[in-house]
Parts: sequence; structure tokens; C-alpha cells
Amino acid sequence: MLPFVLEKARSAEEAIERAAAGARYIAGGTTLVDLMREEVERPERLIDINTLPLSGIREEGGELVIGALARMAEVAADADVQRLQPLIAESLIEGASPQLRNMASIGGNLLQRVRCPYFRMLDVGCNKRTPGSGCAALNGLNAGHAILGTSDHCVATHPSDLAVALVALDATMRVRGPQGERSFPVEDLFRLPGDTPHLEHTLLPGELIVEVRVPGSDHSRRARYLKVRDRASYEFALVSTAAALVIENGVIRQARLAVGGVGTKPWRLRDCEAALAGRKPEKRVFEEAAKLAIQGARPLQHNHYKLELLPRTIVRALELTGEVA
Amino acid sequence: MTVNVIGNPLPRVDGHAKVTGSARYAADFNQPGQAYAVIVSATVGLGRITGIDAKAVQQMPGVIAVISHLNAPRLAYRPHKAGVDPAVGERLHVLQDDRVRFYGEPVAVVVAETFDQAERAAAALRVTYTAERPIVDPSDPKSQPIVAEATLRPEAFVHADTSRGEADRVLAGATIKVDTTYDIARENHNPMEPHATVAAWKGDRLTLWSKSQYVVNERAEIAAVFGVPVENVQVICPFIGGAFGTSLRTWPHVTLAALAAMQTKRPVKLVLTRKQMFFTTGHRPRTVQRVALSVTPDGKLTSLIHEGAGETSRYEQFIEALTSATGHMYSCPNARTRYRLLPFDTGTSVFMRGPGEASGIFALECALDDLSYAVGIDPIELRRRNEPRIDEGENKPFSSRSLMKCYEAGAERFGWSRRNPKPRSMRDGRLLIGMGVASATYPAWQSPASARVRLLASGVAEVEAAASDMGPGTYTSMTQVAAETLGLPMDQVRFSLGRSDFPPTPSHGGSWTMASVGSAIRAACIAVQEMVAARAIADQRSPLFGASLDGVEWNEGRLRRRGDTSAGQPYRDIVARAGRPIEADASTQRDPEVAGRYSMHAFGAVFAEVAIDPDVGTIRVRRALGTYGAGRIVNPRLAKSQCTGGMIGGIGMALMERTALDLRDGRPVNAHMADYLMPVNLDIPELDAHFVDEVDPHVNPLGVKGLGEIALVGMAPAIANAVFHATGKRVRNLPIRIEDVLTA
Amino acid sequence: MTPTDPHSLDPLSLKKGAAEPSDETDARLRVSRREVLQLAGGAASLAAVPGAWAQTPTSPGSGPAAATRVRLTVNGEPQHLDIDPRQSLLDVLRETLDLTGTKKGCNQGACGACTVLLNGKRIVSCLTLAAMQDGASVETIEGLAKGNRLHPLQAAFVEHDGLQCGFCTPGQIMSGVGCIAEGHARSPEEIQFWMSGNICRCGAYPGIVAAVADAAGRA
Repeated sequence: MLPFVLEKARSAEEAIERAAAGARYIAGGTTLVDLMREEVERPERLIDINTLPLSGIREEGGELVIGALARMAEVAADADVQRLQPLIAESLIEGASPQLRNMASIGGNLLQRVRCPYFRMLDVGCNKRTPGSGCAALNGLNAGHAILGTSDHCVATHPSDLAVALVALDATMRVRGPQGERSFPVEDLFRLPGDTPHLEHTLLPGELIVEVRVPGSDHSRRARYLKVRDRASYEFALVSTAAALVIENGVIRQARLAVGGVGTKPWRLRDCEAALAGRKPEKRVFEEAAKLAIQGARPLQHNHYKLELLPRTIVRALELTGEVA
Repeated sequence: MTVNVIGNPLPRVDGHAKVTGSARYAADFNQPGQAYAVIVSATVGLGRITGIDAKAVQQMPGVIAVISHLNAPRLAYRPHKAGVDPAVGERLHVLQDDRVRFYGEPVAVVVAETFDQAERAAAALRVTYTAERPIVDPSDPKSQPIVAEATLRPEAFVHADTSRGEADRVLAGATIKVDTTYDIARENHNPMEPHATVAAWKGDRLTLWSKSQYVVNERAEIAAVFGVPVENVQVICPFIGGAFGTSLRTWPHVTLAALAAMQTKRPVKLVLTRKQMFFTTGHRPRTVQRVALSVTPDGKLTSLIHEGAGETSRYEQFIEALTSATGHMYSCPNARTRYRLLPFDTGTSVFMRGPGEASGIFALECALDDLSYAVGIDPIELRRRNEPRIDEGENKPFSSRSLMKCYEAGAERFGWSRRNPKPRSMRDGRLLIGMGVASATYPAWQSPASARVRLLASGVAEVEAAASDMGPGTYTSMTQVAAETLGLPMDQVRFSLGRSDFPPTPSHGGSWTMASVGSAIRAACIAVQEMVAARAIADQRSPLFGASLDGVEWNEGRLRRRGDTSAGQPYRDIVARAGRPIEADASTQRDPEVAGRYSMHAFGAVFAEVAIDPDVGTIRVRRALGTYGAGRIVNPRLAKSQCTGGMIGGIGMALMERTALDLRDGRPVNAHMADYLMPVNLDIPELDAHFVDEVDPHVNPLGVKGLGEIALVGMAPAIANAVFHATGKRVRNLPIRIEDVLTA
Repeated sequence: MTPTDPHSLDPLSLKKGAAEPSDETDARLRVSRREVLQLAGGAASLAAVPGAWAQTPTSPGSGPAAATRVRLTVNGEPQHLDIDPRQSLLDVLRETLDLTGTKKGCNQGACGACTVLLNGKRIVSCLTLAAMQDGASVETIEGLAKGNRLHPLQAAFVEHDGLQCGFCTPGQIMSGVGCIAEGHARSPEEIQFWMSGNICRCGAYPGIVAAVADAAGRA
């Protein structure tokens, strides 16, 4: 780990000023400290934002508001979260371990770095880590890598389970920067790698995530998160699906679908959603819709199985969602 | 109270130390003035070092030394080989030349005042290389199998070729047969405790607090490497945080720790990173195998062919018992085995729990399962019809063999009769259910060992042996042996292990610790009793004065005349009168005549039930049962733990574990605890381990066969067979993963 | 034994990167430029290494010592420490305070061996910067027993043989204490789920679940 200067934030304004000048925010540290030890991350100045009052969870007129510094465990256990948005609680407890969930903040969860093993290896090319150095995963071992949203420069999947749920639920986020505050959909936080995979998100210099807002809606109640992996816990998803359905009179009025483990960012499936709307909630319909998910998918040498697993996971998640009473 | 201590399910005597954090493992032995060493590992898979820019790093904060082949002393590397070392080849000489033999080979070690400084400096050290593409995969056209020289020796535990009858001819003419191939991934032991050594020199004397399953050999090896007398080196290792074979050998990091301490004249702590544990501390070799079987319509084997090859390094020929068990498992007039090595540009493989048998039995037991379907006979019944009367490979009787007893008891407990043999026929709701079974076996070794017992005037017996306890409960079981033999309560026996100046014992592996060290402790206890008796008999003040040695007997820590019903004289009185502790050493080994007469193995039957989600392919073991005939069970509580733990290792082997190498440079890509999957708590099903009564008068005086290895053997094929039963799809490569059953 | 780093970064060397796209990418871009420059400088020796990138050294800092003062309460005892900001809580416990009961299994947050209670919550101490924990209270395995009397969960681990080699045990027990306190120990299945952040390579899981269930029942 390279030496760094650590400062405690005394106010959001001060923190933002420091960050705009090049300091890095640190909250739970579960991603940053790990990658600093590997020297993948090399911040010269860290600003500890845990003192900032950004950790509350509350309901505002049916909308769930989660402070950026709320911890994963706290959010998952929160009564409002479980009541209003059980999908979020479910996606959170399927991620990481109980200890890491006690540490990791919601803002940090969304900004966590990729799990591509080559990203962590300083002795191979990685365009995300070192622009222009190449992508070792492209012709390396890539069973865990993305099939959607990839480029010739990067094929790493976005690892957050929570982000998949938030994208499915049309969550928005409020950020504060040197120029003041702005809000935008969580989905817009993430960039596709394209030819600039080192640019992962759309935050402006110094911008600090303040909170995530999840609108209340009819589909919140009938929503499930399904995470498929080789080990029962403590593993990143091979494929995951956040699914929500609004069913009226035996017909799907509205569907929300987002998937993880397959995309270079949390992947919303609007074509699948459209294909479900107005149809009966039955397996045949789910299967037809799920097939659309792999349109345009680009499998690599070792991850062809995701072409098969992704639609199946979507179907299964939709079935589970349909079973929700 | 003290009778029949052996066989009692006592709690661990070291449990208190382990649950309070006071048990000290290698890296816990902080020394005053200690510096920290971090290894720099090669970043090419084959080549030469062209430059090391140590100058910039030398000036970094806290850096004390940067040691590489450019400035390391030429070490003595006197010839040294132990049983844990490959018989053919030469160990890696670390930092002695500019060659890089495999990805991750140590190329330098950086020593600094603090860990963070050493880690930073190691990361900053700039090393340049010329590189070639290494060969690390059996599919590489340049990969050529070789005959391991040691497998040509008659006494070898695995032979290059064995044959009885005419297996190939019979197979060719058979109508009911299977001919199958298997590919088992490389595995890394991944004990929870990283390899660690704290090294301190005082003059020319070296103390190593070092993680080792073989402190006696670590001492001898380091003495040989540094060219110092063996007596000058002391290795201390009271606790091992799991090892499973990876700490049998003394790997290069131990030398580097001692070297760093020598060069800096400071005590040095060196702990491998988790990633580095995938480079130079061995692994279960990847194996490729073929098993072909033929059978009569009524299920009698007519031919059996087992061929296999395992990876090793270019510089050492590591061999394991991949095909050794095949000869004695089943009755078959025509059987042939072949064992080869695949030398790769990697570090040397090493024994990993159930070495050889775990991989070889996987292939054999999966093929038998296939055969049971080909011939239409229940897999247990098929094994019954081929149960041998003797070891047909060695042409010797078994000292004992309870395989069919294990199957009978296991089938009953597991509910095997509820199984519908038709694949894909059993369901629980949406889930496909499969039940599978497989045999397990492992040799009942015994190796020469010694021990010391010292009786104190306080009535306490101190017992010492240079043994290890990596988790099976050596501390407890040896205390039981001594307590029972001496007739003392458990808390009057203090057993110490893990020091190289204690009486020498063999490596802590091969499931032979109980047989070897236990026998030595038993013998030392008997020897000390004779010394005590001799003193009492010669002591005019003793009530036993003048008795003959044959005319006295021991009863609960007391000596009395045979036939006398009085309490007799306690040890402590006799010791107190001697004025100093009474001490005896003993060494034991298996009687070579008995060893030559019998084939000695433990056997077991392993049952597994899996549930597979037919939609998304997730495979979960729902319950499993291991039934073992392993001789006498010294401590049923610990034995059961050891066996269910081994079965969990087998679940990992079957469904998760694989060290994946990037063929471009041979690097293990998943050298990370989050990427090398091992079972977590939620993966663990209802597990049971059960022991059938087995009395073996031949194996050793204690009648024990060992459990550590056999507990893992058999689990993976039982699961693979259950996966086939559940899905109708036979997966012959390990690990079996979601993508393998997705399209079943 | 209180290790301190005699060097730290010269604050003047910090770049004012206001024109960079964001705080996240900013640091990465700066790193990458530096790497590219240094790689160019070393091209002669690197050219022979197909597909491999040499590790790039960073010039060492030349500033004065930058130890951070931290007050911790460890197992009820106040500790005033001057530490390197890079030190993990785990290394402070093990190397500075010689509390070696807490174990380093992976140093990557992927095994749970280093679990301690931080302000009453179970966390992995390897990914926790000690310098960020000023004023915090830490409980480790050494603080659990009251004199010679074991904590009920410690006793249950011995009774149910929830351990073999013992290396993951301190982390398992501290995690189990957290699990019970959270109310996540109401059934064996729930315990399995909520104890899955602690890997046991010996496979003592059945005993671990039994021990946590037993202690939770007594609590």
C-alpha cells in the first residue's frame, strides 16, 4: 500500500472541496482498502466521510430514502426497507458476508470496483486500471465475465447485487458537488466500457453521493432477487436477476427486470419487460420474454454458458416473483 | 476413571487454548526487534531475470535489505531428502540463479522495519525478465508424459505399470463394458493459516517458529541448506492452522526467512500472502485418467484398466498413489494399471489430503457406477459380487477389510433402498434428486517414530514427541494413549509436541500419526513403567521390594504385586524416592515380517444425496454419510469431526475447487480466497460419519488405521454418481459446476 | 513495539486535479499516466516480455514522519497508539499490541478469520484502517472470557467440537457472538446463512452451527 494522508471530513462542503482537489472519499473501505493493499488503487489523500450525517433511512411519501453512508446490513434489516422494498433487502443479504455488510456503505456498494481477476494483477494489461495497456481477460480465463455491454477494451462485469435491484426499481440518487446538488436515475451512474473502461461512472469531480431514493410503486411488493452461483453464499453472481411484476386480473400489467453477473453494468431489460406486459404470468410467456435478454450478447471463450443460464435465471426469477403472495 | 480412556469421546485437551486465542501459531511468535520480510514473486512463467533495480527500493522508508540472486550468498544446499520430498529431482534452490522456472517463483525478498513498509517496498521492486511461454496444460501439444523413475523401484508405493492377466485383450472382446476418461483440476490446500516463519539467529544457531507438519525434517533440511550442524537449528510449531499436506515439505519461504534474518541480523517474520500460497507450496496435481471395465452379465468383472498421469514440476518428480488402490479394490482376473507424470513449468505438486487415492478412486468409482448401469445391477450389489477374498494385486491377505460391512451399515442408515435406480426419476418438488455411492480406501501406514515419557514426583507424566496437530486432535488422542497405558487420569498427562528437539516422529500426514506416534508413546509408557517397577523392586522401603518384574502389575497409576488386591504403591512415591524424574524413550516401527505378510488398508462406503435445480443448474449436497472400517477409534467425538471435515473437503473437490491457470504464462488466475471456491457453512448438508466395529490385530499394537485421508476419499465420486442419478448426465471432470449440468 | 513510518508523502506533491472528470477516475488517471511514463522509460527491458507489464515503482516520499495518533479501547483497556495510517486494525492488534488471537487468513476480506467486534458489530479487521477508528471500542477473542470462565460460546465450541485446527476459531467465535447478538441464530439454517462469512477449511461447520445454536439458546 502506498502512503497516503488521511483526513476526517468536518463538513460535507469541506469534503467535497478536498475531493474536487483530488482526495478520495472513504467510508466502509471494503473495496478501497483491499485494492490499495494490492496497489491497484493509489490514492494520495483519503477523506474519511463517516462523520457526515448521511446515514439515515426514512420514508418520504411512499418513497424510500437511503442515506449513502447507511451500511448494507442496516439497510437490509430496516423495517421500512423490508416493508416498502423487500427486493432491496433481499439483494443486500445475498451480497458479501455479514461482516462486510456491517462495514460497506450503500454509496460505496454502488461504486465498488470490478472483480475481474486481471484488474487486480499489476503485471498484466488492464485498460480499466491502465488505459491503453490492453485487456488480459479478453483472451484469458473469462468464465465469469460479461456477455452484455462489453467492448474490445473491457469485459468485466459490474459486481453489485444492490445496483441490479435499484436499477430494476427505477431508483434515483442525489449527489452533491462543488456546483451544488443534482439527482439522476441510478441506472445513469454507470458507464459502458467502450474505449474508455477506466471511466466507470458519471460522477463529476468532487461529487458525493448523498442518498438513494426508491419510488414506491405497485411492483415493489411482488419482487424477488435470484442469485445463481456455485457456492451457496459469499460468492459473486454468475447470473442474478431482480424481477418485479404487477399482476392485475391474471395479466401482467407491468414488469421490471434487471440482471447482474452478465453485463458491464447493472443491466435493465426493457425489451423483456415490454414482452411481458399484457401477457399471462406463465412459464411459456416468461421463456419467450427471457430469450430477448441475450439479443446482442457477445460470449467469450469460457462464458458461453451464460447465454443459457441468463434466460433460465430470468424465467426462474419471474416464476418466484409470480409465487409471491 | 482411567480404564478405557481409549475409545472415549473426550473433548479436545487443547480446546481451551484454541477458543481463547492463546494457542500460538507460527506468525504469532513475535520476537523483540523483529523485522518483516515480504517475498517478491516472478511475474513471468518461464525465463530469466534480466535486471533487479534494488537501489530505489533500498532507499524507501524502513527498508533494511533487498535480497535477490544478485546479492544472496551461495547457500550450501547439502544433499537432503526426506520421505516427503520427491525421490527424484532436486528441490528449488531459492535466489541462487537468474532462472525463472514457473510463475510466482521467488525472485527477491525485501526486509523492512514494519509490515506495511516491507509490503510497499516489495511491490515497488522493479524486476525485468526475458520470458518464454511455459507449458502448464496436458492439452499442450508439447506436453509429454514420462515414467517417474521412482515408480520403477519394487518397493515404490505406486508403480509405473502393473498387470495381471490380459486386461486389454479381454476388454476388446467384451460386450458389456465402459471405457471412460477423467480430468480432475489442480487444487490448492488453502489451509486457513498462511505459511509463516519467524526466524532468529543467535550466532550460528537458528530458531524457526515455523508452520510445519514435519519439524524434524524442517530442522534437518534448513541445516542442509545453510550448511550448519543439525543441532544448531531448532524448529518450533505447537499449533498448525490446517495444512492438509501443504506443510509436509520445507518450501523456499522457510529458507528465505532464515536468509533474511541472517543477512539483516534481526529476527524476521515472513508470512506468505494468500496469493503466494498458490505458487511455491505445492498443490494437488491435476490428473487425467482412463478407466476401462468389462463385466459378465451377472456382474463379475472380467477386465480392469486404470491409466493416469499427474502434473509435476520440471525439477522434481512428485508421485502419488493415483493407481495404487486399483489392484486391491475389486476381484478381477485381468487388471492393468499405468501411472505417468506430466512435467510442467510449475512448482512441484505435493500430497493433498487423500493424495492419489482421492483422484484415482474418483475415476474408478465413477466407472463402476457407469458399469452398474451398463449391466443393470445395483452399484452396491455390483461391488459385493466383486469383493475380493485377498488383495489380488499383492497376492496377500488383508489384515482386515470391512468394505461390505460398511456398505451394509451405510445403506441401512442412509436409506439406500428408497433409491429408484432410474436416472432423473426422483424429485422433490421442482428439484431433481440423486443418490450416489462410492467406495473409499486408504493404506494403514505406520512409520518409525519415537517418544519420551517422564514421570514427575508430582504424579504428572510428561510426554514428548516431535509430532504435530494440524487439527485431527493429536494432542488429545496421544494424551488418551498415555493416560490409558500409564493408568493415569487425563489431567495428569501433559503431552507436548511440535519441537524438533523432541524424540523424532514421521511427518504428520498419510493418516499415520495415530499408528506411528501413538505406538511410540504406548511403548515409552510401557518402558517407563518397567523402570519404575525396577526401582520399586530394588527399593527396600517399597512394599514391592524383591518382587520379580513379571510378578508386578499396574493398576490406575499404582504398582502392586500380581494378585494383590491392595492399592499398591503410586508412581509418585516411587519417583519421589528416586529423587529425580524417571524418564524413558522408546522407538517403534511396524514389524517388517508382519508388514510383508498382510495388505493393510482402511475401507469405507460413502453415500451422497444431491438436489439439482433443473432450471438454473445449482447443485447442492443435501445429505451425506460416510461409513468407515478403520480399526480402533481412539476418540469417537474427534474422529467423527475429522471424518465429516474430510467429507466437506470432498464436497469442495466435487463441486468447487479448481486452481485455474492462464496458459499464456502459467499464472493461477484465481489465487484469491474469493475466487478459489471452498465450501462455506451454508453449503454443508446433514452429514454423518459412522464407524463399523473392526478389530485388526496386525496393523499396530493400538489397532488403529488412521482417518484423515480416507475421510476425503470417496466423497467426490459419491457426489458425481449422485449427479448422474439426478440428471442422467455423467460429468467426468472435476469440479462439477452449474454449466456442466445446465443442459442435462 | 510501535512501528512508525518515518516517511510520508510530501503534501505539495498532491496534484490539484480540478479539471479531471471525477474523484474516482481522477486518481486512476493520474496513476495511469505515471505508469505509462515509467513504462516508456523502461521499454528496453520490457520489450522482451510479451504481454507482461513490469510493476512500476513509485518514487518514495521524502516528507517527515506521519504517524497518526489513535485512541482505541481494546477489550476494555484504553490504548493510545501512534500508527502508520496504512496499518489495518488487524495488524495493529497482532503486531503492535501483540494480541495474536485474531488471525490473518487472507488479508482480503474473503475468509473471516480476522473477525472482531468493532463498536459491538462484527467486522473484518483486515479491511479496516485503524487510523479511521479513533475512539472506537474493539473486542477480540482475548477479551471474551472472564478470567478463567469461558464465554458461553467459547464453552460451546469446545463441547460441540466446533473446531479442529483452531485457526479460524477466534474469528468464528467473534462472528458467532455477533450473529447471536443480531438475532440471527434462531435455527440451524439461519445460523448457516449468517455464519457463511467465516470459512473453516477443516470443515468443522456442523460443530460450529451446534455451538452457536447452543449458546444462542442459553443467551
